[in-house]
Amino acid sequence: MSISNIIFLVAFISLTTLFVINIRKIIFNINLGSDINRSDQKSKRWGNMIRVALGQSKMTRRPIAGILHILIYVGFVIINIEIIEIIIDGIFGTHRFLATIIPLSIYNFLIATFEILAFLVLFACVVFWTRRNVVKLKRFWSKEMKKWPRTDANLILIFEVLLMVAFLTMNAADCLLQTSDSKYIKAGSFPISNFIVPMLSNYDASTLCLIERFCWWFHIIGILLFMNYIVISKHLHIFFAFPSTYYAKLSPLGKMDNLDAVTKEVKLMLDPNADPFANPSSDADSAVGTFGAKDATDLNWVQLLNSYSCTECGRCTSVCPANQTGKMLSPRKIMMDTRARISEIGYNKRKGIKDEKTLINDYITPEELWACTSCNACTDSCPIELDPLSIILDMRRYLVMEESKAPSELNMMFTNIENNGAPWQFSAADRLNWKDE
Amino acid sequence: MNKLSVKTMAEYFAEGKNPDILYWVGSTGSFDDRAKKITKAFVKILNKAQISFGVLGTEETSTGDAAKRAGNEFLFQMQAMMNIEVLNSYNVKHIITTCPHAYNTFKNEYPSLGGKYKVQHHSEYIFELLKSNKIRVNKNLEGQKVTYHDPCYLGRANDIYDAPRELIRSLGVDFVEMKRNKRRSFCCGAGGAQMFKEAEKGTNEINIVRTQEAIETNAKIIATGCPFCNTMMTDGVKNLAEGKLETKDLAELIADSL
Repeated sequence: MSISNIIFLVAFISLTTLFVINIRKIIFNINLGSDINRSDQKSKRWGNMIRVALGQSKMTRRPIAGILHILIYVGFVIINIEIIEIIIDGIFGTHRFLATIIPLSIYNFLIATFEILAFLVLFACVVFWTRRNVVKLKRFWSKEMKKWPRTDANLILIFEVLLMVAFLTMNAADCLLQTSDSKYIKAGSFPISNFIVPMLSNYDASTLCLIERFCWWFHIIGILLFMNYIVISKHLHIFFAFPSTYYAKLSPLGKMDNLDAVTKEVKLMLDPNADPFANPSSDADSAVGTFGAKDATDLNWVQLLNSYSCTECGRCTSVCPANQTGKMLSPRKIMMDTRARISEIGYNKRKGIKDEKTLINDYITPEELWACTSCNACTDSCPIELDPLSIILDMRRYLVMEESKAPSELNMMFTNIENNGAPWQFSAADRLNWKDE
Repeated sequence: MNKLSVKTMAEYFAEGKNPDILYWVGSTGSFDDRAKKITKAFVKILNKAQISFGVLGTEETSTGDAAKRAGNEFLFQMQAMMNIEVLNSYNVKHIITTCPHAYNTFKNEYPSLGGKYKVQHHSEYIFELLKSNKIRVNKNLEGQKVTYHDPCYLGRANDIYDAPRELIRSLGVDFVEMKRNKRRSFCCGAGGAQMFKEAEKGTNEINIVRTQEAIETNAKIIATGCPFCNTMMTDGVKNLAEGKLETKDLAELIADSL
């Protein structure tokens, strides 16, 4: 085993381990959420995941972004088959190992496919970068998209461009070496890197070898670093889109869950046989937590998983009627704040740090929450079926049921419903007056 | 308008009868002046088709939709359980509403609390009456440009897009879609309990944006299927183009053509 094989092995193992450690931290954070049963209707859930995440069915509702995204997605998945070869070559010091075990024609076809996809990924990344930074699409420049979120988005694109350039340049150098040095196995078809070949043709064999090695290392270390970068980035959606669509709400969008804890209390109140002075039963079941969500830990784990899956594309915000008429509410910001807060709570828990912050007020203001019309444009538009509306509703529930802090007009509406069964101050006795008017 | 024939469930009960359907009028349909016209139009259609239907009258109360969406789950469930008790005591099997919010609440949120009914929005029901020739419409609006605003709680929330459009087309009108329609429809601004409060500070009002979109179709009539949407669009028209177009419920359009 040569020194470079050892370096490769150490880098591969340590960066993969780091990735696993960090993913486990995120899973720990997600598990800080309350429980919700989404283990029903398994076949429907698989179908949903296959259609929406794997099949990208909701992406193409916006054709330009959708098609470009599919290019990157397909490219990313398929080009990563190449990683198998890279790992084997890296560990055993082989070169283009797959070419020695599969028919050359298939190998050539694979490499050609990777190259074409790499080019398409490059193309899509450049267009995406332009849309963000030159065309300045509105949804990428809203209030919550400053500093880190904007840098994050651009870093991802730059990363992907560099990885593809390294891959193609490596092939171009290898292509030249194959003709000049019999040591190199003659394998691969290079429809795209052929265009880079003329740029490298003046270099001597040792320089080409250096370029090829540099690109090879850059490509694999880049992928390993990128994998670790993803954990702190919005790009996590490439993994979490799958569980998020699997655990997505399957009922009609208009359905909002009925809180079981409330059902118990209401049944007790309406039960004429219930003894109002009875001692509250002491079993753990009756210990009611907070109604609604004050902090990220009051949300359920699917909502937290959603927050880590959000890639801040802003389709939700761009169709939100409140946001589009200049209100503070942005469904994307709800997801981003939830993620930021639960990450903070998780970090503090692991470090034993106490903090006094809450998701409500410190991250999300009541003004944002009260601007929502519950129209479901956000949930419908999300390409991976995240549900910011459920978070908004849970936080409203907290404000109303725990703090009685609804806007005064809404408190009036509640009082009217309590007193006369209608949201306005009309007498219940007049309900049928319309018949004779 | 001819005298409407309306009987309460209590009256049916006293006669030892049970009507085929319960028409859930809703708080808005009962008290709001504009919405009362929708209620009456729907009853006119039911009368014309000689449907045996009952209303709860003074026994009806808020479904709790607005309370729930404003975060008052407690009040919602109180309302829901009281309503379910009344509905079940009358052995109600089939509910029609003229309000997508009530429709959504009955269809999606009452079942797990013990209220399981066949629930239809009036657009679906009227369309059935039309298909089965229980009512016939004349084409008195032939050639008129009509657009349709999808209520969120009917469209996106429950995927009902076709019945309302079929109804409008049945009138022989020149139907035009707004730029954003069906699942991409833009809210009127009233859902989620917004109907009962002032909007937060912003640069524009939601109903104004939506009404503007309707005006751009050059339609003379904005049809819709929700009393809240109706209020919001009517207000929008008042602000932007009073007298140039009007907002009508699907039930009103059909009732006027009987």
